[in-house]
Amino acid sequence: MYAARRWSVRHARLLESTYDLLEGFLNALHPLWLKIGYDRVEKPITFIERNIKGFLFDCQMCGKCVLGDTGMSCPMNCPKQLQNGPCGGVLSDGNCEVKPDMRCVWVEAEIGSRLMRRGSGIEIARPPVDHSKQGSSSWLRVVREKRDRQFYAQS
Amino acid sequence: MHFEDEPVPGYSLPILPGHFSPGRLERVLRAGKFAVTAEIAPPDSADAEDVYQRAKIFDGYVDAINATDGSGANCHMSSVGVCSLLTRIGYAMVMQVSCRDRNRIAIQGDILGAAAMGVSNILCLTGDGVQAGDQPEAKPVFDLDAVSLASTVRTMRDESRFLSGRELSYPPHVFIGAAANPFAPPYDYRVPRLKKKIEAGVQFIQTQYCFDVNRLREYMKQACDLGLHERAFILVGVGPLASARAAAWIRDHVPGVHIPDEVITRLKGAQKQKAEGINLCIDLIQQIKDIEGVAGAHIMAYRQEESVAEIVEQSGVLAGRIPWYPGRDQETKVEKRAL
Repeated sequence: MYAARRWSVRHARLLESTYDLLEGFLNALHPLWLKIGYDRVEKPITFIERNIKGFLFDCQMCGKCVLGDTGMSCPMNCPKQLQNGPCGGVLSDGNCEVKPDMRCVWVEAEIGSRLMRRGSGIEIARPPVDHSKQGSSSWLRVVREKRDRQFYAQS
Repeated sequence: MHFEDEPVPGYSLPILPGHFSPGRLERVLRAGKFAVTAEIAPPDSADAEDVYQRAKIFDGYVDAINATDGSGANCHMSSVGVCSLLTRIGYAMVMQVSCRDRNRIAIQGDILGAAAMGVSNILCLTGDGVQAGDQPEAKPVFDLDAVSLASTVRTMRDESRFLSGRELSYPPHVFIGAAANPFAPPYDYRVPRLKKKIEAGVQFIQTQYCFDVNRLREYMKQACDLGLHERAFILVGVGPLASARAAAWIRDHVPGVHIPDEVITRLKGAQKQKAEGINLCIDLIQQIKDIEGVAGAHIMAYRQEESVAEIVEQSGVLAGRIPWYPGRDQETKVEKRAL
């Protein structure tokens, strides 16, 4: 929802803290996920994630969430899906050249990232989107990858 | 500028120590000369002669020619095609690669093909949206963006491998460029974005049309404060406006081009608007060339390509230098058809 999307950018800091709590919670439940099986839990978590993030950010479920680095403005909503900042076609009022009624997602991203505690992620060059992750849960991936890293660090 | 090791046209120059490409553009820039590039209009035709004619118009005035890749999302002969034809007769080409029409598989293949054909410079562009062109019903690709494209080219060149990690037996030796638009919002984010591009591997920049020198000064000052002018050569985009009406149309319809009111007023007040447009372009180049960090000018004279010679001549930026063109050096003169 466009209005919710704009609200999210203006409350980027609140959402940043909320996500930190959520990540901690999902992380703490790792033994449970392991018991049920990550693959089996993927579907219900994806359903919840899709609905919450769909409402707040117009999330496209790319599966590799970068909202924390883009001021809570999702770059997948850019008609060119740019991952590294605005193109040269931003209109003088800060709207998109392709959809002139929409704010440029990167103009918004800059506003949001200034509000965040860890807003400097916007300066990092991002690799191309991994399209094979489309439709999967980014929340679970974060937990899983963190656990994998810990596992490999121990062994 | 004469290079002692100028090869038979169609072959690459030796890569000098500390250089990345076998091209003349990198040599001119690294020699500290004010470089001039121009944009060729790719024909809506399958005739090679059309391409040769359009390149010839710049002979003796430009250091490299940009071949556009479906600019404005309009279909024309491909940049790979134009570059292949022109590198064969010795021209220094800047191949523009837009992310709009091809995915990472196609783009990496084109880069290898282009480098094999003698293309020494690649300009990494995001590309205009399909809605801007003559075929708005096309599927926009945008698999990569300008930054990830630049880092892809760098990976191929410096690590001799594809993005996937698969090895190349011979890497593409190309000078990596990108565009920049200092004249569109968000202004605070434009220099950080330039920095991002440079960190991704970009070595030269060609900017969007500059008609607002004050804005450019601000931008260049911020860039120089970060030392970016020492890490990439910045060529400022300029071009002649055909009339006050054309200028107003461009301002209102072409996203990313900012034309201040005083420019339109100056054109309106002139008796011969077209000539005034050329004078304005010459004035701009002369103001731009003295700004710290500016390494050259990129002249985009769409549908007025014949005016490039006059603009370069009158502005005096080449300072007597004659860039290479087929037949400039008697001893290397060969028949175009012989190759």
